[in-house]
Amino acid sequence: MAATEHPSYKVIGTRPVRPDGVEKVTGKAQYGADVRLPGMIHGKILRSPHAHARVLSIDTSEAEKVPGVMAVVTRADFPVAEDVVQDLGEGAVSVKELSDNVLASDKVLYRGHAVAAVAATSPHIAEEAAGRIRVEYAVLPPVLAVRDAMREDAPLLDEQRVTKEMGGQGSGRPSNVASHLRFAGGDVEAAFAAADEVVEREFTTKMVHQGYIEPQNSTASWNADGTLTIWTSTQGAFVVRSQVAEVLRLPVSQIRVIPMEIGGGFGGKIPIYLDPVAALLSKKSGRPVKIVMSRTDVFEATGPTSGSYIRMKMARKDDRITAVQATLAYEAGAYPGSAVGAGAMTMLSPYNIENFVIDAYDVCVNKPKTSAYRAPGAPAAAFATEQMIDELAKNAKLDPLELRLKNSAHEGTRMVNGAVFPRIGAEETVRAALTSPHYRSPIEGPNRGRGVASGFWFNAGLQSSVVASANSDGTVNLIEGSTDIGGTRASLAMQLAETLGLPFEAVRPTVADTDSISYNDVTGGSRVTFASGLAVYEAGQELRKEMVRRAAKLLGVDEAELVYEDGGVQSTRDATKRLRFSEIAAKAGQTGGPIAGKGAVQARGVGAAFGTHVVDVEVDPETGKVQILRYTAVQDVGTAVHPSYVEGQIQGGVAQGVGWALNEEYYYDESGRLLNASYLDYRMPTALDLPLIETVLVEVPNPGHPYGVRGVGEVPIVPPLAAVANAIAEATGHRFRDLPISPRRIMEETQGLA
Amino acid sequence: MIDRARVTAQPVALLGPNPTLRMPVEAFDYVAPRSLAEAYAHLGNGRTSLLLAGGTDVIVQLREGRKRCDQLIDLKHIPELMRFGFAPDGTLEVGAAAPLAALYEDAEVLRRVPALVDAASIIGGTAIQSRASLGGNLCNASPAADSSAALMVLGARLLIGSASGTRELPVEELFAGPGVNTLQPSELLVQVRIPPQPPRSGAFYLRFIPRNEMDIAVASAGARLELNATGDRIEGARIALGAVGPTPLMAKAAAEALAGEVPGEEAFARAGELAAGVASPITDMRGSVAQRKRLASVLTVRALRGALQRAREAR
Repeated sequence: MAATEHPSYKVIGTRPVRPDGVEKVTGKAQYGADVRLPGMIHGKILRSPHAHARVLSIDTSEAEKVPGVMAVVTRADFPVAEDVVQDLGEGAVSVKELSDNVLASDKVLYRGHAVAAVAATSPHIAEEAAGRIRVEYAVLPPVLAVRDAMREDAPLLDEQRVTKEMGGQGSGRPSNVASHLRFAGGDVEAAFAAADEVVEREFTTKMVHQGYIEPQNSTASWNADGTLTIWTSTQGAFVVRSQVAEVLRLPVSQIRVIPMEIGGGFGGKIPIYLDPVAALLSKKSGRPVKIVMSRTDVFEATGPTSGSYIRMKMARKDDRITAVQATLAYEAGAYPGSAVGAGAMTMLSPYNIENFVIDAYDVCVNKPKTSAYRAPGAPAAAFATEQMIDELAKNAKLDPLELRLKNSAHEGTRMVNGAVFPRIGAEETVRAALTSPHYRSPIEGPNRGRGVASGFWFNAGLQSSVVASANSDGTVNLIEGSTDIGGTRASLAMQLAETLGLPFEAVRPTVADTDSISYNDVTGGSRVTFASGLAVYEAGQELRKEMVRRAAKLLGVDEAELVYEDGGVQSTRDATKRLRFSEIAAKAGQTGGPIAGKGAVQARGVGAAFGTHVVDVEVDPETGKVQILRYTAVQDVGTAVHPSYVEGQIQGGVAQGVGWALNEEYYYDESGRLLNASYLDYRMPTALDLPLIETVLVEVPNPGHPYGVRGVGEVPIVPPLAAVANAIAEATGHRFRDLPISPRRIMEETQGLA
Repeated sequence: MIDRARVTAQPVALLGPNPTLRMPVEAFDYVAPRSLAEAYAHLGNGRTSLLLAGGTDVIVQLREGRKRCDQLIDLKHIPELMRFGFAPDGTLEVGAAAPLAALYEDAEVLRRVPALVDAASIIGGTAIQSRASLGGNLCNASPAADSSAALMVLGARLLIGSASGTRELPVEELFAGPGVNTLQPSELLVQVRIPPQPPRSGAFYLRFIPRNEMDIAVASAGARLELNATGDRIEGARIALGAVGPTPLMAKAAAEALAGEVPGEEAFARAGELAAGVASPITDMRGSVAQRKRLASVLTVRALRGALQRAREAR
């Protein structure tokens, strides 16, 4: 643990049981699939068997004849979509493309692309009827990998698409490359010329899935008064509302989105897939309609993260990294919008590197449209950077952590996008890794190796709002609008309890629907504990002021002589004049009515997150199987509001990163069919594949938050890919620059198998 | 799909096919015979049948539309199919639908046939194992099924029954190709019979998976070794491979080459190379041709090591 200077908190830093815990472990919590409404019927989506085809005609007549079928929907039932761009908080999307992804219009662009939908009295009848819809396709050759898609003779997903260049509309011939970004600074050529060593390498990663347990679902009821109610599992009810409003061309006020509990999202539950379809099926049938995806649907048709190609050239002079030239190309999937820009902007952020040129390409391929996945874009980029640094350190016989320390970013360092870091904990995480018991322990034995890597994530601020109301028994209802994925009911209630000087148990958090609270951006960008925390702090301050006003009336003294402290209001003149929060709350009716406070923020002062990881592996030289022997993740967490949940976030990110490094990949055949669309063959690590992941919480408080909070959820997935690869390089003597580093790849490489 | 199936313990013939129930969805009848004779009657009624033992494969296949049937015959209510135990001559007789967990938790099975436990205890997770059966694992005829290679090296024979009588065949003759077995539509697997193992012998089964659990074999191997009285020579061996061909394979040449040899790394390495020669794997999402051939060799050696240790313990 690094030294921390934060004030002594009463609630922050403790580990209470989360408010939603009992309901979840007893199975009473209501998830999207649990929604059951009177008269509800079931929807099923017909999906494209082709990765790339023109839709010539859709004949639904046979499906409509099936007894029990109550509605059939195709794209013809949708309003004409305008080509406008909508901001989702974590990425933006064109409404036309969003609509096309929800239900295909003239073309299908990936296998599993939704084409039509049926609602019937049972899911089985709906499935049978969907199978009777006749779709005539003109099959086109698919293009599946990013570099193939960039070739001039590649099949085009959209004949109208030309590459958008930074700062202006693109021109030239049609291309699958949707956009090109460039970040440049200093003089790379001069730095390369003056360097002691220059290394240039290529790296690739495969498309991977977030691996949430709960499939996407939506239940919609188109009501008699023309309003629409949607129950769904989402990272942001308000963003579902705005996307549905755009696609169906309804005013947002006509749509109410009720967020159900969420069984994992990791970025994948920001875009909409089912909601407009369920809504139109409901409109046509006059019944509430529920649609739940199968696991295959989830794999084939929701947003994973990009496969990538990265070429990187890096120069070292003495113990300084002096220049980087990099090209990144990310698979966007069927429509533009990969996180390649974030990859480019994060890849050098742990360091202070003067000279750089980074080119980033967003490339469409015949695979599902990618969506956010935990620190979107950063892990693949760090996979390249952190292996390059490792290689340079080894070549120069420098300790890889010492080299990182020498080049570390700090307060005042400028990122490649020009932003200047405020107080950050990059150096601190490297130092804590260097002095950790793990790194100081020897690694011995054959076929074993140790790897290290660092990572960075911006974290987000965005918009949040909360309302806090005092109950007559001295408790507080906290109404918020942020989906609770990582324990944010707890982390927000803790911040309000801290602000009010109340015990944690006195705060009752509720996640409300879109009619019951003002706007909140998605739970994403590791922002909720930070940004909704700011709103909570604001609401708490308002409550404190109101409590002072009410206490003045009750005590018959002037407000000016009262202060709020320690869960009550105290006279500064007379120590005996004190009222507890609960006493004031109980008499609200006599002092002016209900007591409430609100907080509504556009959060500023985001604190970036850094992590440094150490991993030991053992590789079976015969089978290529990798065992993770020990794993330590060091992270600057600002202030650990609830340390157990912070540790849980770090461990979860590491587990996903290790899976990405070792076995996870979308495995396609040449026709664009995903061959491993199940958790049997999409190999995420199980509990038996990982040791207990050790965490070291470094607390460098974020100056932009009253309690020093930084987002913690995303950065832990950034270092593991490279850390594991660096460890395998040590263990085997072979560098692996293509993910996943599966037993097959290791056998092929180390045993010379073709 | 199950909630649309008619649940009845009556022979379907008495009810007759009901076209309104067959339409419009792919419904099927569910029947649960109480005796083998009743089950044979269902199999002979001219309708397409699938057999339900643990159901851990067939229900998934039905749900995903990979298989279809007119009737699903639940075998779990037939007492003979749910029992297992040792016959007086030492043969382990396992009812085809007996759950794997009951089998591998049996102390006598573990003591006498540990190689069967090697396989039975890694098919699926604990929940699956409380339903899944040897009969289902075999008849599903996956080349990667864990029980197949283990039973092949143990010399298991299968008791096959039908309305016209019973027959026996060596387990390795059950497999015709991926997902295809050699049973006639009128037949069902009644019992798996594992003969008493030779003296001074040991058998071992293992598979390779990239994870440590919840996975399907990329390749697998079983081996049995018989030692001579003094324990310094191999008298006989059996080697079987899984997931490296359209069916589980006996590696005969590799086994024969071990006869008369000194048990140890040198002989095992040679056997491993010969075993790999039998492998004719494919490349798919679980592994490549070259990787699987190499694994066939590596796993054969490891299976032989395990078998040798057990043979020595048996002496």
